[in-house]
Amino acid sequence: MSLKAIHIFFIALSILLALGFGIWSIYHHYLLMGVVSFLIGIALVYYGIRFLRKLRHVDMR
Amino acid sequence: MDIPYTVTARPDTGVYNAKVGIWLFLASEVMLFGGLFSAYIFLRIGAPAWPGMLGGQLYKTSFDILNVPIGTFNTMVLIASSVTIVMSWASLMMNDFGKYKRYMGLTILCGLAFLVVKAFEYNAKFSHGLFPAEGNFLAIYFTLTGLHGLHVVGGIIVNSYFWGPGSKMWKTDPKRFTNRIEVAGLYWHFVDIVWIFLFPTIYLL
Repeated sequence: MSLKAIHIFFIALSILLALGFGIWSIYHHYLLMGVVSFLIGIALVYYGIRFLRKLRHVDMR
Repeated sequence: MDIPYTVTARPDTGVYNAKVGIWLFLASEVMLFGGLFSAYIFLRIGAPAWPGMLGGQLYKTSFDILNVPIGTFNTMVLIASSVTIVMSWASLMMNDFGKYKRYMGLTILCGLAFLVVKAFEYNAKFSHGLFPAEGNFLAIYFTLTGLHGLHVVGGIIVNSYFWGPGSKMWKTDPKRFTNRIEVAGLYWHFVDIVWIFLFPTIYLL
């Protein structure tokens, strides 16, 4: 598995963490932290798509 | 005599040798951290209260003791460092050594920032008399985060070598050097993935 593949996996995990942490923050009344976390999650989705497009010619092995 | 398969893929594995080596090493690391995570789960299942009595005070949740905003900041720093190390590898593939230097430098700075913040966090615990011997929660917290911190230190040392003296290889054998950065990036991602699991497990749950 290449660095490209592990990076995609890592970004997917980070998106899940950002969204999960956002829910946790709002549940525990940390509103600002929750909103920032959701925004980071959205930014990571955008970054992940851009990364995939830019490195589509690189082997996943 | 040349070392075989440092650049080209070995026919039976389909990848160059260093990549097989790092994945074998990371497999052993998964077992090491997996064992400690299992210890955490069993300690927690067996505890009547978690974190419980620490330093003569009863704590009902882990975030009563640990600083969640600081942990969140460190998580963002590590995510950023993963992005920069991938960018450094991608820069080498595009033959841009100057960009590689900048991105690898940023990765090292992110690693150092993580350690500095962690040191402040540890210091705050110690100044409140919260040492590993106080209870199971603090023991597993310091063991897991301490071991992770040692891995960050190891990564910084390797990345600094590739940023500094080790980068001379770019002039003599650029393909092999690019592969070395990929291997360093795989290790760095492993360290970051461990933190992605550590942070919610210890700080939030």
